[in-house]
Amino acid sequence: MIICTDSNRPNVEPYVLADEDRAEIEHHVHHYDDSRAASIDALKVIQRRHGWVPDGAIQPVADLLGISAPDLEGVATFYSLIFRRPVGRNVIKVCDSIACHLNDFEVVQDAIIKHINVGLGETTADDRYTLIPICCLGTCDKAPAIMINDDTHTNLTPEQIPALLEKYV
Amino acid sequence: MTTLSNEQLANLGEIKPLTYRIVDNKPVVDINEYEALDGYLSVRKAIPAMSPADVQAAVKDANLRGRGGAGFPAGIKWGLIPMGPDAGAKYLVCNADEMEPGTFKDRLLMECLPHQLVEGMIVAAYAIQAKRAYIFLRGEYVLAAKHLNEAIEQANAKGYLGENILGSGWSLDMHVHTGAGRYICGEETALINSLEGRRANPRAKPPFPQIAGLWGRPTIVNNVETLSNLPHIINRGADWFKGLSQGKSPDGGTKIYGASGKVKNPGLWELPIGTTAREIIYEHAGGMRDGLELKAWLPGGASTDFLTPEHLDLAMDFDTIMKAGSRMGTGLVMVVDHTQSMVSAVRNLEQFFARESCGWCTPCRDGLPWSVKMLLAIERGEGKPEYLDILQQLTRQLGPGKTFCAHAPGAMEPLQSALKYFRSEFEQGIAAPATAAANA
Repeated sequence: MIICTDSNRPNVEPYVLADEDRAEIEHHVHHYDDSRAASIDALKVIQRRHGWVPDGAIQPVADLLGISAPDLEGVATFYSLIFRRPVGRNVIKVCDSIACHLNDFEVVQDAIIKHINVGLGETTADDRYTLIPICCLGTCDKAPAIMINDDTHTNLTPEQIPALLEKYV
Repeated sequence: MTTLSNEQLANLGEIKPLTYRIVDNKPVVDINEYEALDGYLSVRKAIPAMSPADVQAAVKDANLRGRGGAGFPAGIKWGLIPMGPDAGAKYLVCNADEMEPGTFKDRLLMECLPHQLVEGMIVAAYAIQAKRAYIFLRGEYVLAAKHLNEAIEQANAKGYLGENILGSGWSLDMHVHTGAGRYICGEETALINSLEGRRANPRAKPPFPQIAGLWGRPTIVNNVETLSNLPHIINRGADWFKGLSQGKSPDGGTKIYGASGKVKNPGLWELPIGTTAREIIYEHAGGMRDGLELKAWLPGGASTDFLTPEHLDLAMDFDTIMKAGSRMGTGLVMVVDHTQSMVSAVRNLEQFFARESCGWCTPCRDGLPWSVKMLLAIERGEGKPEYLDILQQLTRQLGPGKTFCAHAPGAMEPLQSALKYFRSEFEQGIAAPATAAANA
């Protein structure tokens, strides 16, 4: 049996939890009757700082929540919007669900791929963009839709894509 | 801008209780503005004058059926919650993880009328005597999160939330929990696991959440639209609520219907429950775009069976659409026009379900990618002759009772109905024997 501890992960960079992140995670814990429930909130705090959740952050955050590192890793790797690999400065999320399919989202997706020259799940060499697919964004009356970071863009045409993407540096 | 007099607004409230206060999609986030529109009236009316049992009885009488898609009566769900002084900690959870493809109604209710949901949740939490209430909101709904947090803060300041609400001795703490993706979080027990900070795998039922839910305690999970109906049931009564359907359905209330796909005017409309899909698509959504004909439609989300033009005059309620072989689901219709391929549509749907499977149950984890592989081949015209039989078998092997939750059975609904109504389109994707042999 392999016991997953830090000694089994020799490449993990040492990580020091920032004081304000620690305070924010502790604040989230108060909203729940069990500190584990703040796992997703805590991972989002880390992700807001780095854009993703670095390997080294798992152990100290797990310690703070009073759960094991593999437990927290299990949560971190389950959720599609917690990133366990570095992502670009701007994360483009393309809705590929059925309502956008019925409104020809593929041509919009193709225009994005053409403009940034990387495929789904990839990041541009200059770390400017990461492109991922996403579950129905709940704007089906204005399909096709994408999100860039926290902004939702709707009723898109391929022609609009270059100018839209250039707004995100 | 549309300007309505107070009297006109009140009249509209009689027939469109959920949305009459939303004018030109302008959010009402300020609590004083909301109170001026009869906001929090139901809380002042119910607490403490009505007992929790009285509130439960009113909702049971109204026969409010769950608007998340399953249509289970909210009053009966609540009735399973242990009551009394020894019942211990209980929780109310609002399922605001709106991710059913084609569904955008809860977004409107939360972005534009966050207080209505908060008010409904106070009523529900009082009825079951919960001590804490959570709104499980999908992380992408950034504006809804902002407005709900503002609404909760203002409701706390006014004494509708917090300690000893309106002198009743009952206290309630409310919190918005934002998710981090994964469609499966909308499944009631997976949602509870996610809220506990675990992987969103579904739980075995029984025990049902009403007995052992969040942290093992009795828990009620209700949808945003369901909860948003509660203030109006308390204010105007069960008989008024039942009459809202105007004889179009044995069920009571309105329903927020919608239409998307290539219709002229996609959108949302609050209408009597039991309104026909024909009225939704051809009157409210303005019909199909020029040159397009309706070929098929999904009544309420990705996990409902396709129906055809011959079903357009059925009442859009839970029982009628169920009898026609589908489900009303969320009631937001998606239309497929005559130029679109059913094989491609089903392939898109199964790709979605395969990606969103949590992987807990083997039929779902392995069966869905298998279906995608075959559908992609059929789409390219390279399907093998046995694929149609295998797909048909999968609809049974992934059907109800084979997995912990309804994800796989839901995924099979559009597949089985497309095979039933549009089999020839699938047959056209089977390669001719010579090509099949060459590819073998």
